[in-house]
Order: sequence, then structure tokens, then C-alpha cells
Amino acid sequence: METVTITMKNAPALYLEADTISPDAFAGKSAAQIAELPVFEGNVPSTLGKYFDVKGNAGATAADTKIVVKGDAQKVKYIGFKMTAGEVVIEGPADQYVGAWMKGGKLTVKGDVGAFAATAMKGGEMVIEGNAGNYLGAAYRGDWRGMSGGRILVMGNAGSDIGMYMLGGEIVVNGDVDVHALTHAEGGKLTVKGNAKSKLGGQMVEGTIIVFGSIEVMMPGFKPNGEVELEVDGAKAKFAHFIGDMGERHKKKKGVVVYGNLYKKI
Amino acid sequence: MSEYIIKNGHVFDPVQGIKGDKKDICIKDGKIVDKVGSSAKVIDAKDKTVMAGAVEIHAHVAGPKVNLGRIYRPEDKLFSCTPTKGMERMGGGASIPTTFKTGYEYAKMGFGVAMEAAMPPLFSRHVHEEIRDTPIIDEGAFPVFGNNWFVLEYLKNQEIENTAAYCAWLLNVTKGYAIKVVNPGGTEAWGWGLNCLTVNDPVPYFDITPAEIVRGLMEANEYLGLPHSMHIHPNNLGNPGCYQTTLDTMKLAEGIKAKNKFGREQVMHLTHSQFHAYKGTNWGDFESGAKEITDYVNKNKNITIDTGNVTLDETTTMTADGPFEHHLTGLNHLKWANCDVELETAAGVVPYIYSPSISVCAIQWAIGLEIALMMKDPMRCYITTDHPNAGPFTRYPRVYKWLMSEKARKQQIESFKHKDKVLSQTALGTLDREISLYELAQMTRAGPAKSLGLAAMCGGLKPGMDADVAIYNINPDKPIANPDDIEKAFSRCAAFFKSGVQVVSNGEIVSNGNKRTLWVSVKAKENPQVARDINEKFVKYYSMTQANYEALGHHFVPNPYAIEVDATN
Repeated sequence: METVTITMKNAPALYLEADTISPDAFAGKSAAQIAELPVFEGNVPSTLGKYFDVKGNAGATAADTKIVVKGDAQKVKYIGFKMTAGEVVIEGPADQYVGAWMKGGKLTVKGDVGAFAATAMKGGEMVIEGNAGNYLGAAYRGDWRGMSGGRILVMGNAGSDIGMYMLGGEIVVNGDVDVHALTHAEGGKLTVKGNAKSKLGGQMVEGTIIVFGSIEVMMPGFKPNGEVELEVDGAKAKFAHFIGDMGERHKKKKGVVVYGNLYKKI
Repeated sequence: MSEYIIKNGHVFDPVQGIKGDKKDICIKDGKIVDKVGSSAKVIDAKDKTVMAGAVEIHAHVAGPKVNLGRIYRPEDKLFSCTPTKGMERMGGGASIPTTFKTGYEYAKMGFGVAMEAAMPPLFSRHVHEEIRDTPIIDEGAFPVFGNNWFVLEYLKNQEIENTAAYCAWLLNVTKGYAIKVVNPGGTEAWGWGLNCLTVNDPVPYFDITPAEIVRGLMEANEYLGLPHSMHIHPNNLGNPGCYQTTLDTMKLAEGIKAKNKFGREQVMHLTHSQFHAYKGTNWGDFESGAKEITDYVNKNKNITIDTGNVTLDETTTMTADGPFEHHLTGLNHLKWANCDVELETAAGVVPYIYSPSISVCAIQWAIGLEIALMMKDPMRCYITTDHPNAGPFTRYPRVYKWLMSEKARKQQIESFKHKDKVLSQTALGTLDREISLYELAQMTRAGPAKSLGLAAMCGGLKPGMDADVAIYNINPDKPIANPDDIEKAFSRCAAFFKSGVQVVSNGEIVSNGNKRTLWVSVKAKENPQVARDINEKFVKYYSMTQANYEALGHHFVPNPYAIEVDATN
């Protein structure tokens, strides 16, 4: 695997839309060619090389390409946009839409990320060592096709509306989550090791939520369904089981009605 | 204005009966002429096809429900935006494009005229503002009448003269083009939680049936002698078994004769007939009723139809048939929006994915094509996708491909997951007809122009007509090896002249033309009763005053083209 290191040398005055920072766009290109890739600063077309110092050539394919982003990328959007393979490591924070529409490969962010990270993610792995913003792994605005595959690990906290319209895949948040997690979900799994706020799983049709900490306000549409023992990350624990959202339509599979499942550690 | 001479092209013009002969087309001062001077600019159309500008008879391209679709479907614009380029402003949207993109896309395919199929009268100002912002193409809009309180009250007592006077007033104040009827009585009945699924279901409170509304509006249309006929989306759209309601609706036209000075022969235009040609009792035994519908239309010359072809895309359905859209959201569980218009109509909007792997969608695709192939007279059957309901209008070239090539249809059928069901529930597999370029010109130019009462103006290349001329990269002397070449050629014309101005060159926009708004100005007899009723309704019911209702002046209709109708005799 070839490594391309891009280092911020000339921070943009406006936000930089850099959907070309991905192993797919870099693949087969030399450092000089990568520096010529198009980006937008605000609404002005520009090139990657104006802002970043580029070192190293990319591999022949996305899978053979690793990108390391150094320096302050706090004003850079769309890193890892639509990536299908390879690896991206962002050594600090990044702005919105990190790994949006990602299909494969691995993306690691050592700092915090802005909103809409992993929008409509289809596959691959994303690790956020800091905090995630709102709409992590959610559907694009207006769309009903949210995250459908892959895995997201947030070591810090996550914002509101994460996993909106989730269809598949998994989100794990080691810290707390804000309101409206997994709204409208029709599949997928969210594990919250910390606490959750209100409207958790609102209008959920299918899918799973596991909460280790507290739930500030429980949705009235969730119905208690006894207690179960679950094994999460190799450790067994007892959970209160709820099904819902009872206000929504629910499919039948083999004659049995399927609900969204919510487990809260006792 | 510039003069042009288009030389050596293969001309297809049903108006003059020209079937691919090499003929020069001359353009001067915005019109087709017999000859031009030696200084005229020569356009070489050697080995190319030349046709009049195409005419869109039914599409939803402007107004509140279109905009509602744009507002609540931001995802429709995702990855479909086109940046500013040359003459073109920024555009976006796949199934509900922005106004600018709408104008550009139609022009690039060689369309000169498009009709907005459902204008809520109360929002005519909005409709005209969007029409104004849609470049190049001439547009008109059909106000909806089928659930209008005035119409329901007058027709309950069979007052044709009063209905006609009200229609004339409304066409004048909304700058409308024709009488449109959507789910007659049904949308109003929905206010009571009901619907009208047959032509005899009574409308609550008004105590009138769809049959009485439809017949009354056809009579009022002929009483006024409007350029277009009554344009109907019948009751019971999109339900298995609905073909019977469609036949019952068409039978209402029996005995009614066209009276007008525009050369129009029909008294009823049945729109998006594909959605109204379903047999069966449920989605399991769903089958085609295309034969029953086309058998009837083939025999009855006072009816024209358009197809409403399903294009197998993700799209946005929108219709003034509010109850249908509510029913649809219950079927596909996707988001629903409704736009109620006081006293007049109520439109709904729901996204829809016509998936080739769902048998119902594949059968719908087949029915639309069957209708076009089973109609004997291409002058009475026009190609539409009921944009954006059955698919975006930008897919017309693909529909042409399917109609012009049996091979393309077979390829599509082969790729369906449920191809056996498509073959057993429809007759498409047995149809070997391939629409010729001449027939295509009838179905997309001369036919719709005649049905709209615009035969003297557009749809042909006869001297004296507007110089809307499209040149396509198709050589009719050579057999088409790959059906995809048909789609490619009709997607981007080699050149397009709109009213004598070259607006497209090599598939790119080179001018924004001189867009006009077509509307019908009716001079009707004074009718004090109707004037009083209008005044009373505004005072008692409308939430706005009559003075704020009219779409007038330079702001709303900056470049009007009024078609005069004198109904005082």
C-alpha cells in the first residue's frame, strides 16, 4: 500500500469542499497530479495543492492507497467522500460530510468531526476518536435511504439525529448521544455505552438500540417486553427490553410482527 | 431577423405529408417560408432528420405542486446539479428539475411548446411566475375545473351557459389555456373522506355525479369553441380494474361534436391513459386493459389520448387527484405532501420508484407501450410520461427507442425479473409494430398540435407556420444498428430553431430565445348571474379578494400570445 501524506500549509479563509480527498480520486496519480485535483473554496474553484502540501504517490488502485491528512482540517468538508476502498487517516479534526456515501475501506479521524459524517454510508469502517456531530450515519436531507452497511465507532460523544432512517450496519458510541437517535430506522444497530436523551427511536419500524446508561425521556410509543440477557463486546449483562415504535406500521415476517427493539441496561 | 435555409435534410412533416424526402426548409422572420434570399445562413442537414419542434401536451412543469415536490425532495437534486455553462444558468433536479433546467432540457430534445397540465386557479400567479422563468419553450397552463364549486353548482342544474360563462371568466383571469378535469368530483368528495371511483358515485353535499360534471364541461367547452377539448384525468386512476371507469368516462363523449375554428376534431382528450388501462381485481392478478381502451378509441374519432409511459426510474408523482396520492403513500410508505386549494382543488405529492424488479412496475411499463402500438391513428395518440408521474420528460428519447425498436423492447423484457408475468399479463410480446419516424412526428408534433388547436401555428413545417425546426443526428436511409442510437439522437438535437431563432447547436444551448405564454382569451356574452355569483363567493368563501386573484400584467405574463375566441354568438 502506498501512502500519500497531505499537510495543510495554507488554511482556507472559507470552508473547503474537498470531495477529491479519497483513495478513489487519488488512485493512479502522482503527488503532482493529486495537487491538481479540483476543490471548491466557498464557490470558487481551486486546487488541492493550493492548500495542502502533497507528499508521496498513490497506489494503482484505491485499495492500494492510504491517505494521511495532517494539520488543521477543521474547515475541510467531504474527506473520504464516496470512498470504496483503501484507507484515510485524519490526524486532527475535520468538518462536515466526512466519509459521506462511503462504500468501503477504512477511515480514521483522531479529532472531532462535524455534522453529516458517514451520510448514507453503505460499507467500510469509520473510527472517530473524538466526538461526532449531528446526523452521523443519517440519510441525506429528504431521503429515506439512510446508512445501510458498514460500521462506525465513536470514542467520544455523538450529536443529535444520528442513524436517521438507518437501514443496516452498526453504530457504536462509547460516550453519550443527543436527541433523536435512529429516528425512522428500518434496520441497523446502535449501541450507546453512555447516556441517551429523549425521542430515542422515534417512528422506528425495525432495528436495534442498546443503551448502557440512562434514557432521559422514554418515547411513549415503546412498550415494555420483559427482561433479557445480552452479550455485548464479550460481557454479559441484563437489559430491560422494549418494542416499538407502536405508532408506526410494522411488517410481518413469517406471520410474526417485527418491531424495533430497544434494550436498556438494568 | 436572420434568414436560414436548412439544406439536404430528410424532412418528416405530417402536415404536408412529407415522409423523409430531401427538402430545403427556409426560415425568415420567425416563420417557415417558401424561399429566402441568397444571404440566408445555410445549415447543412445532410444525412440528418428534420422535423418541426415537438409539442408537449401534458406535463407538470410549473406551479405549486411542482414546487412542493422540489421543496420536499432535496434528495432529487443530489448529484443531479449542472453548473453555469455558456448561456445556461445553474440547474438541478432529476424528476422535478428547476425551471431553467426544464426549459433547457426540452429545447435540447427539440421541443418548442409545453403545456402545464394542472393549474390551480387560485395559484395561477405562481404558475405564471414559473412559466416566465422557464426559458425558450412556449408554455400554456390548463386550469382545473373538475372539482370547482362553481362548476359543481351550475352543472347540478345543468346550466351549461352559466358553466361556460364561468369557464370563460376563469380562463381570462388565470391566463389559462384549456379546461382540465382531474378525478371529477372525487377530489372534492375527499373533503368528506370519500372518493368517486365510478362515473356514477355521487359527490357529497353537491349531489352531482362525475358523469354529469364531465358531460357538462364537454358541452361548455364546445359552447365556447375553445382551441383544445376538455382534457381529462378520469376517476379511479391507477387501480386494478380501472379500465371500466375509463370506458364509462369515454362513453360520455358519444354524440358530442367538436365546434371550433381551430381544426380540432375531438371533444375529449384522455390523458396518461396507461394509468387508466388496468384490468384485474388486485395487484396479484393485475393485467393490461390496453386492448379494451385502444379498441374503443380507435372506433371513436372524437377522442384523442396520450400514453403516460412508465420509464422505470425513481420519480416524483404529483397530481390534483389528492385522494389518489394519499392512497399511494399507504402503498409505498414514502413521504406524502398535500396542497389543498380552497374551493377549487387539492394536489398530492409522493416519490415513487418504478423498479424493473417489481412485476407491477414492469407491467405498467408494458401497458404504456402497448397503448401507443395498438393505436391505429398516430394523429390521435401522443407520447407523454405524464412528467414526472410515470417518469421524467427527459426520458422521452428512451420511450421513442422502445416504440421504434422491437429489439429494444425485447431486450428490456428479457432483463425483467418477472418477465414471464409481463408476457402473460400484457400483449406486448406479440406486438411487432415499430413506430416510423413519420409516425413519431405525428405522435409528437402534428398530432398534439392539432389536438391543442394549434395546428395552424406549430407541429408542422408548412410555409406560414412558426419556424420551430429540430434537426436530429439520424440518417433514415441507413438501418439503425443499435437501438440506443435512437435514444442518443433524440436526447440532444443537432440544431433547434425556436420561432426562427437558433437556440440549440450540437446539443448545447446557444440562445434563450423569446419565450411566450400561450393563453386563450375568450370573449363571452355578459352574464350578470355568474358575475354576481363570483363576487359572492369571493366575499363569502375565498380568503383573498377578487382583485388579488387575477394573473395580469407584465410581471406574470411578460410575453403573452393570446388565442382569441369569440363566443358571443
